[in-house]
Amino acid sequence: MNENRRDFLKKAGVGSLIGLGVVSAINVATEEEGKASTRSEDTSGTRMGMVVDTRKCKEDCKACLDICHEIHNVPDLKMPDGSPDIKSEVKWIWKEPFHNAFPSKSSAFTSESLNNREVAVLCNHCKDPSCVRVCPTKATFKRSDGIVLMDFHRCIGCRFCMAACPYGSRSFNWQDPRDEANSGKMIGGNDINTEFPTRERGVVEKCNFCAERLAKNMIPACVEKCPEGALVFGDLNNPQSEIRKVLKENNTIQRKPELGTGPSVFYIV
Amino acid sequence: MYDAGKIITGLVIFVGIVTYPIWGSLGGSVNMPEPVVNKSGTCVESAEYMRANHMQILDEWRDSVVRDNDRVYTSQQYGTKFDKSLSTTGKTSCTSCHSNKEEFCDACHDYTAVAPYCWECHIEPKEEI
Amino acid sequence: MIEKALIGSRRYWTWVIALLILIAIGAYAYSQHLIHGLVVTGMSRDVSWGVYIAQLTFLVGVAASAVMLVLPYYLHNYKKFGKIVILGEFLAIAAVAMCMLFVVVDMGKPMRVINMFLYPTPNSILFWDATVLTVYLGLNLLCGWVALQAEAKQVPPPKWIKPFIYLSIPWAVSIHTVTAFLYAGIPGRHFWLTAILAPRFLASAFAAGPALLILLCLLLRKISDFDAGDEAIQKLGTIVTYAALVNFFFVGMELFTAFYSNIPGHMHTFEYLFVGLHGKNALAPMAWISMLLGLFAIVLLIFPNLRRNTNILAIACISIFASLWIDKGISLVIGGFVPNPFERVTEYTPGFYEVLVTIGIYALGALILTVLYKTAIEVKKEAAK
Repeated sequence: MNENRRDFLKKAGVGSLIGLGVVSAINVATEEEGKASTRSEDTSGTRMGMVVDTRKCKEDCKACLDICHEIHNVPDLKMPDGSPDIKSEVKWIWKEPFHNAFPSKSSAFTSESLNNREVAVLCNHCKDPSCVRVCPTKATFKRSDGIVLMDFHRCIGCRFCMAACPYGSRSFNWQDPRDEANSGKMIGGNDINTEFPTRERGVVEKCNFCAERLAKNMIPACVEKCPEGALVFGDLNNPQSEIRKVLKENNTIQRKPELGTGPSVFYIV
Repeated sequence: MYDAGKIITGLVIFVGIVTYPIWGSLGGSVNMPEPVVNKSGTCVESAEYMRANHMQILDEWRDSVVRDNDRVYTSQQYGTKFDKSLSTTGKTSCTSCHSNKEEFCDACHDYTAVAPYCWECHIEPKEEI
Repeated sequence: MIEKALIGSRRYWTWVIALLILIAIGAYAYSQHLIHGLVVTGMSRDVSWGVYIAQLTFLVGVAASAVMLVLPYYLHNYKKFGKIVILGEFLAIAAVAMCMLFVVVDMGKPMRVINMFLYPTPNSILFWDATVLTVYLGLNLLCGWVALQAEAKQVPPPKWIKPFIYLSIPWAVSIHTVTAFLYAGIPGRHFWLTAILAPRFLASAFAAGPALLILLCLLLRKISDFDAGDEAIQKLGTIVTYAALVNFFFVGMELFTAFYSNIPGHMHTFEYLFVGLHGKNALAPMAWISMLLGLFAIVLLIFPNLRRNTNILAIACISIFASLWIDKGISLVIGGFVPNPFERVTEYTPGFYEVLVTIGIYALGALILTVLYKTAIEVKKEAAK
């Protein structure tokens, strides 16, 4: 290598370093100018999300959970006495009392009707999902439309994503979800939906925002089945979408937004 | 050589165990099975191509469907379109023609001693007898 | 050289066979994982990691602690460690081997473990953990074996090994730092989300690992004619003392931040561990035993006159090792999952097969250690002749 070339490389290296510095300085400056108090969030591209109107949701209604678990072949794991098997259960969408779903937003003086209100919880399909960040095989990943999915072919079952999810949205198949003794049935007795795969033992699963239905231009089953119209689904980044209208007209909260995950599920309380 | 007897006996036993799969199956001859297709017509690609490459195609499909939401396959040979689907849904999924898993999939897989785990999750077509 | 491990006394073979039996039992227990799935363990949707990942965490520390011998010997030319530096490296090999096995048995799909390297994911700390552990295993095998070979041939170790030895020093720090990052970068698990986790891991590792080495040296003095030398053992005792003090200082800092700030999420796990939360306190006895054993050990260690007595030093080492094993090998991982994201408490007790698999892996580690130590001691014996 001759002197000139080495010299050139040195200068080029220094030059690009300076360039990088300038670029980041500009970035910082524009950021400070732009939004003073609102959270800065990139709203380009598609980002599917959901609004849950907890006021409309009826306490005894389980329409959304039942249809979801039925069409997605989620086993219904129960203890011998009929109570849910909290050790091994698998769930994609379910109801939690408000004070459990929003621990930091509930106090002794919160109205009792709110504190004990059952709210539907599911995967938040976060904008910056910590589960995706920790997955060692990219088995869980964020699609270009913002939906966080599982690739069951690739999951090694390390369960790092379960530790990383701050919403408890993920379930692990501690056992074979199919009923071996009873072909055509899941454990718990529900029939296998032949239009959707089951899972096998040893992989993690969660809500997929009905990716298989979206592919057929259908909305998620829970949204479709809700008799109260309490669930709204759509593109958060599209200002014309129905979901944006709902978000504009109502005050909404997210679960644990302070963690920086950017949940895409919003709640009207 | 010290302990020649012991060493040679040991070697013979070792070689015997290692080569068991070869001599163990001597005598019992198995004919190569011919996969049965229920429906006549063409697959997504030619039969020869599919015989050699179906595993790669399925491997690519599962990635492109799950990860890229790309669910339709256009045949390189025929230009026709197919659903990239193992399930019984869709008119052009694999199992809409190959609805006889035992005679189609298992026959060769058993013969070649491979055990793909497709059907651990995907629902195998109901045999119509 | 390894053939030296094939010749031994009746006592040696009894020990080896006992370990083999435990390994066989562990293998049988693991077959239950393969047949029924991880449902046979005590892990749950809420406490999704259990003793396996906890043992990984603890043993990475034991492995990293080899640096406490390598560094003084090779960088500061502290000759007294010359005899035992190989013991540290071989302990690291056994510990890393156990770590890897604990990761694999914890997996739902162990047959796909290679996916970690087929789809390398640099943003995943687990990918880095697997990588740094593999390299660390290689480094210790290489450095330990080459040094021992040179000793057998009664020549100084070759020059080319030096860079690898120097590399192994920061690498030891890196394996435990990366292991801490598994936890310390996760949002929403407040007990783990602390910048001091990696330093605390290193401090507890440098106490527990050398404590184990002291115990091993004392054991070897009894059952073989290998003597590490009083001065080396005492130096290790000093290391244990400082590291234990630093560790408990760090624990104190964690407690201060949690309870002075009064932020509920930061206090919850500590409350669960020591007094119980929502009436559930299964780990409280363990947490208190750990704390008291640790403080007891520090009292014994902190007075040089006390720890100069070999028996007292042994008691202190057993205490601090047990204390830190409970702290890292149980409380840290399991406690981190309590309460769950809905602020409910799900408790965890390991399953029967889970315990057997754990014992089996420890037995395998002990077997690796036995074979390596036996080889090293025989080589040293011959070299001394």
